[in-house]
Amino acid sequence: MSTVLSPAPTSHPARVETTAPTLSARQLAAALPGALRGLDPRKLWDAPVLFVVEVGAAFSTVLAVVDPSVFAWAVAVWLWITVLFATLSESVAEGRGKAQAASLRATQRETTARRVTAPQDTLDYGGDLASLPAVQVPSSALRVGDVVVVVAGETIPGDGDVVEGVASVDESAITGESAPVIRESGGDRSAVTGGTVVLSDRIVVRITAPAGHTFVDRMIALVEGSERQKTPNEVALNVLLTVLTIVFLLAVVTLQPFAVYSGARQPLIVLVALLVCLIPTTIGALLSAIGIAGMDRLVRRNVLAMSGRAVEAAGDVDVLLLDKTGTITLGNRQAADLLPAAGVSPEALADAAQLSSMADETPEGRSVLVLVKERFGLRERAEGELAGAELVPFTATTRMSGVDLPASGRRVRKGAAAAVTHWVHATGGHTGPEVAATVDAISASGGTPLVVAERVGSAPARVLGVIHLKDVVKQGMRERFDALRAMGIRTVMVTGDNPLTAKAIAAEAGVDDVLAEATPEDKLALIRREQAGGRLVAMAGDGTNDAPALAQADVGVAMNTGTTAAKEAGNMVDLDSNPTKLIEIVEIGKQLLITRGALTTFSIANDVAKYFAILPAMFVAAFPQLSVLNVMHLHSSESAILSAVIFNALIIVALLPLSLRGVRYTPASAARMLRRNLLVYGLGGVIAPFVGIKLIDLLVTLLPGIH
Amino acid sequence: MEPTWIVLAQLGVVVLVLAATHVPLGTYMARVYSSARHLRVERAGYRLMRVDPDADQRWSTYLLSLLGFSLASVLLLYALARLQSWLPLDVGMPGMNPATAWNTAVSFVTNTNWQSYSGEQAAGHLLQMAGLAVQNFVSAAVGMAVAIALVRGLARSSAHGRVGNFWSDLVRGSVRILLPLAFVAAIALIAGGVIQNLHAFSDVSTVAGGTQHLLGGPVASQEAIKELGTNGGGFFNANSAHPLENPTPWTNTLEIVLLLVVPFALPRTFGVMVGDRRQGWAVLAVMGSLWALAVALTTWAEVAGPGLAPAAAGAAMEGKELRFGPAASALFAASTTGTSTGAVNSMHESLTAPGGGMTIFTMMLGEVAPGGVGSGLYGLLVLAIIAVFVAGLMVGRTPELLGKKIGRQEITLVSLYILVMPALVLIGTALAVALPVGRDGISQAGPHGLSEVLYALTSASNNNGSAFAGLGASSTFYDVLLGVAMLVTRFVPIALVLGLAGRFASQRTVPASAGTLPTHRPLFVGLVVAVTVVVVGLTFVPVLSLGPVVESLS
Repeated sequence: MSTVLSPAPTSHPARVETTAPTLSARQLAAALPGALRGLDPRKLWDAPVLFVVEVGAAFSTVLAVVDPSVFAWAVAVWLWITVLFATLSESVAEGRGKAQAASLRATQRETTARRVTAPQDTLDYGGDLASLPAVQVPSSALRVGDVVVVVAGETIPGDGDVVEGVASVDESAITGESAPVIRESGGDRSAVTGGTVVLSDRIVVRITAPAGHTFVDRMIALVEGSERQKTPNEVALNVLLTVLTIVFLLAVVTLQPFAVYSGARQPLIVLVALLVCLIPTTIGALLSAIGIAGMDRLVRRNVLAMSGRAVEAAGDVDVLLLDKTGTITLGNRQAADLLPAAGVSPEALADAAQLSSMADETPEGRSVLVLVKERFGLRERAEGELAGAELVPFTATTRMSGVDLPASGRRVRKGAAAAVTHWVHATGGHTGPEVAATVDAISASGGTPLVVAERVGSAPARVLGVIHLKDVVKQGMRERFDALRAMGIRTVMVTGDNPLTAKAIAAEAGVDDVLAEATPEDKLALIRREQAGGRLVAMAGDGTNDAPALAQADVGVAMNTGTTAAKEAGNMVDLDSNPTKLIEIVEIGKQLLITRGALTTFSIANDVAKYFAILPAMFVAAFPQLSVLNVMHLHSSESAILSAVIFNALIIVALLPLSLRGVRYTPASAARMLRRNLLVYGLGGVIAPFVGIKLIDLLVTLLPGIH
Repeated sequence: MEPTWIVLAQLGVVVLVLAATHVPLGTYMARVYSSARHLRVERAGYRLMRVDPDADQRWSTYLLSLLGFSLASVLLLYALARLQSWLPLDVGMPGMNPATAWNTAVSFVTNTNWQSYSGEQAAGHLLQMAGLAVQNFVSAAVGMAVAIALVRGLARSSAHGRVGNFWSDLVRGSVRILLPLAFVAAIALIAGGVIQNLHAFSDVSTVAGGTQHLLGGPVASQEAIKELGTNGGGFFNANSAHPLENPTPWTNTLEIVLLLVVPFALPRTFGVMVGDRRQGWAVLAVMGSLWALAVALTTWAEVAGPGLAPAAAGAAMEGKELRFGPAASALFAASTTGTSTGAVNSMHESLTAPGGGMTIFTMMLGEVAPGGVGSGLYGLLVLAIIAVFVAGLMVGRTPELLGKKIGRQEITLVSLYILVMPALVLIGTALAVALPVGRDGISQAGPHGLSEVLYALTSASNNNGSAFAGLGASSTFYDVLLGVAMLVTRFVPIALVLGLAGRFASQRTVPASAGTLPTHRPLFVGLVVAVTVVVVGLTFVPVLSLGPVVESLS
C-alpha cells in the first residue's frame, strides 16, 4: 500500500461524483457507424424488444411501399429511427471506452525481451539469474514460466512477478499516475505489468501470463466492452421485458379480430405502431448502454471489474471489510500528546523527546518532531549543533531509539514502555507507579505509549514522561460510515492491533464492528461466517496472504500494487491502490441497479399515456363516444398515432445522457430512496408522455399530408 | 329500493365479520399446516391412499402428487357424470354427453365451477354429493396447499427445494379447515331457510288445479362449501339468485362472508408462517384495497349507473332479485368475481355496462382481490415479486422478497405465470369472435356481444366460473375451449408457483437491513396495487375499450 490516497473530503463525502462528460454531437457522429452495424438482426436477436421493433419497422416499410401515404412513410421512418436510436445508445456507450483502449493498445507494441536460458530447475530455484546468459526473443513469444531481465529504460515485456532486484517502474500507461512506483522481489509489491517501463535499476521477472492474455489485454477488452457479458440481473430483466413484449404482442395481434367483430378493421401499419409504442422500447434500447456506462464509471475511477457480476454484487454488499491501516486511518500513528512524569517540566520532556527522535526515521518518530515544534517551538537541531552526539537507531530487538551525548554525559532513550522500563531498571532506576498508570491509560484508549527516559552519567536512569501515539482517523470517514449504515451496510474494521486499541479506533471512526488481532485465516473465517448468514461481503486487499479472502469475498478488490496472486484472486483491481475506493465501488454498483430500475419503471409507466393517444385514434371512427378518452385533444387520428411513435423514439435519446451518467444517487435508506425514485420515474413516467405527445402533436400537424 | 342503511349494514356486517375472523382463522390455519400431529381420521386416510404424510417432498414430487391427484379427480368426475343414470340417487337424470361431462369434470377439479349444464336438469344427487361437492372441498384444499407450499419456500432457508407434503396439506385443508367451517355454515344456512333433503324432484297438483315443479336436494351443505371454497357451482342453474339456495338478505350476507372469509384470512397465515406478521398485513392491505375498489365501483355503477332504463326504474334492477336490491347484488358481484368463486345472485349479463366491465376487470386482476382460496395468495405474491423486481432495483440492490433473491430463474417462472392468463383470455376471445361457431353463441350483437365472450373466457381463464349468462356456451366449441382454458390456467401456474417455491426453499435467506426494500410499508402496498392495475390494464385495455368501455360511453 505505497500510494495511499486520502479521500477527497467534500460536502457530500459519500456521493458519487458525476464526472462523465455530457453527450456531444461529435460523440453521436462518431458512434453512428457502430450504430448502423448494430442494426444487423442477428445482433438484435439478443434483445428481443429491439428485434420486434426492427421487424415492425421492416414490415411497416413494406406496407408503406405497397400502400404509400405520408402517414405510412412517416411511421415507417420513425420506427427505423427508433431502432437506430437504440443501437446508437449502445454504440455511444461503447465509444467512451475506445479512447482509453487505444492508449492501452499503444503499450502493447511488440518489444524484444531478454529471456534467460537455463534449465528449469535453475530458473525456479537458482540465484543471481541476471548473470545467466540470455537470448533476445520477441515479447509475443514469451510463455508462462519464462524468466526475463529488464533494465532501466526498457519496457517490461509481459505480466509477471519480480524474482530478483528492485526497480522504480513507470506505470502511468495503465494507471495514469505519473509518479513511479517501486517494484521489488518478495513481499507484496512484486507484481509488474507488461507495457510498463522500468525507470531505474534492473529486475528479473518471471512471466505469469501468456502473451495475449495479459492484464492490459483484459483491460482493453473490458473498456471496449467487447467482452461484455450480460450481468445476472440484466439477464433477468431481459426475461421480464421479453415476456412483457409477448403479452403486448398478444394484445395487439388479437386486437384485429376484436376490431373486425366491432366493424372497425384497423390498417396494419396502425397496429404495428401500437405494438412498438407498447412494448418497453425505452428500457430495451438503453439496457446495454446502462450496463456499459456502469463499467465505464468504474474505469473512470481506475477500477477494473473483471466481471459484470461483481459490479452488481457491489450494489448488494451487506458487509464491508476495511483494513484499518491506510483505509480508515492515515496509515501511521502520530504523536498526539506529551505527558511529563512527576517533577518534570513539559519543556524538559519535549526537549528529550526531540533528542531521542533524531535517530528515528519512522513516520512515528518524525511525528514527534512535528509535535514538539508545534507545541513548544522547538526547531530541529542543525547538524553539528550537538558535538559528538551518537545516534542510537531503532532496532527490532532493542525497540528503542535515542542519542548519547558524550559532552554532557546524557543518554536519552525513547521506545516501547516495556523496553524503556527494562533499560531504566537495568541502571538501578525506578519507573514509578504514576508512569505505569499513564502507560496503561494510553493503551486502554487505543493509543501507543512511548516512554522517554534519560540517564546522566552513571546515576540511575529516570523516566521523563510518556509520548501518546495515536492512530489518526482520516477526515470524513465517520460521515462515510454513517452513510453506509443508512444504506444498510455494516462496516467491519480489520486490524492486527490488540482488541483494546482496535475498539478505540473503531469507536472514533464510527465503524460497526471490528476484527482485532486479525490473521489472514481470521479474515477468511469472518467472510465465511457472514456469507453463511446470507450476507454479501466486500473487501480490499493486496498481499498474497489476502488472496484466499479476496477469492472468498463476493466483491474482492485487489490493489494494483499488490501481488499477482491477489490480483488473480480478486474480481476487481484498483489501479490507484486506494482501499477507501471500496465505498465508491459499492455506490457505483447501486447506481447501476437504480438506473436500470428507474428507466424500466419509466418505460412501463409511459404506456398509460400512449394508450390514451392511440386507442381513441384507432376506434373513434367506429365509436365516436371514445373521443372523450382523447384527453390530450390531439389533432387527428393520424397525428395522434404518429406523435406517440415519435415520442417513443425521441425519449430514447432524451434519456441516453441519464443512462450514461446514472441516476443521481445519495445514500439513504431503501424506503426513502424508493419513495423518491417512484415519484420521479413512476409518476414522472406517467405524466411526461402526456406533455411530450401533446407537444409533438402540435408540430406534427404542421406536416403536409397528415390528416 | 332498499334504504341506504340496510346496504351499509350489510357491508358493515361483512367487513366486521371478516375483521373479527382474520386473526384467529389465519393463525389457526398456520398452525394446521405447521403441526406435526395427525388426527386419527387423517391417519386412516393416509393409510388408505398409501402415502407417507411425514415425507418432506421436493417441489417436483409435490407437483407430481398434485397432478396425479387432480388427474384421478377429473377421470372419476367424468365417469360419474357420464354414468350417473346407472347409479343410485340419480333422481332420473340421464348421463351427460362427453363434451359437457369433460367440461364439468375439468371445471370442478380446477375450482372454476363453470357450469355448462343446469343443475336441476342435469345433475343427480349422487353426482352433486359424491362428485361435485367432494371436488368443492378438495379443489379448494389443493389451491390452499399450493399457496402454503410457496409460503414455506419463502420461509425456509437452504431447504434443498423441499416445500412440505402435498397429501398432508390436502387432507388437513379439507378436514381441519374447510369441513368444520362448512358444517357450521350449512347449519346456519338451513336456519336461514335453505333446503337440505334427498327428495327427488316432483310435480304436484296444486289446489288451484295447476301443477307445480317441486325441487329438493342437499342444497345447504353444497351451498356452504360452494362459497367457502370459492367454488361457485350452484345446485340450481340460477345459483345464489335461486330462493332455495339463497332465500333472504340474511343468507345473502352470510354467503358473501363465506366466500371472502378464507381468502382474507390467508394473509395472516402467510405472515405467521414467514415469521413476520407485518408482511401478512401488507398482503391483506393490497387484497383489501383491490376488493374495496371493485365493490365501490361496481356499486356505484349499479346504484347510480348510467342508462335510460335504470334512470326510469330508479336503479338498474334488470336481472336482479328484488329481495336483495342493486347494492347487495353489486357487493355480491364484486366479491364473487374478486374471489374466483363465480357464484352469482344476479344476472351479470344484466349489470350496467360499467358494472359488467368492472366484474370482468376484477377477474382480470388475476383473482387476487382477494382471490380464490390459496390461489389468491399465491397470485398476489407473484404480483408482489413483479413489483419487487421492477421497483426493488430502484433502491440499489438486486431485487429480493423476504430475503429471497429474484434472479433469472425466479423471474422466468414469474413472467411465465403472468403470461398464461392473458394469453388464454386474448387468444380464446379472439378465436371465439373470429370463428362462426363462436359467434353463434353470442346473444346480442355489438359491444355487449364482445363483452359476453370476453366474460366467458376471462371467467374460465381465471378459474372463476361465473358467466354473462347471455352467451350460449353449452356448445361443444365452448365446452372444449373453456375446458382447455380452465385446465391450462389452473395447472400451468400451479406448476410454475411450485417451481418458484422450490427455488426459494433452496435459497439461503438474506437477512434484511436498512438497505433492503421494506415490503410491509404503505408505499409498497400502493406499489403492488398500482403494478397490478397497470399491468392488467395495459394488457386488456384494447379489448375492454371495444366492449364495456364503448358500451358505457354510449
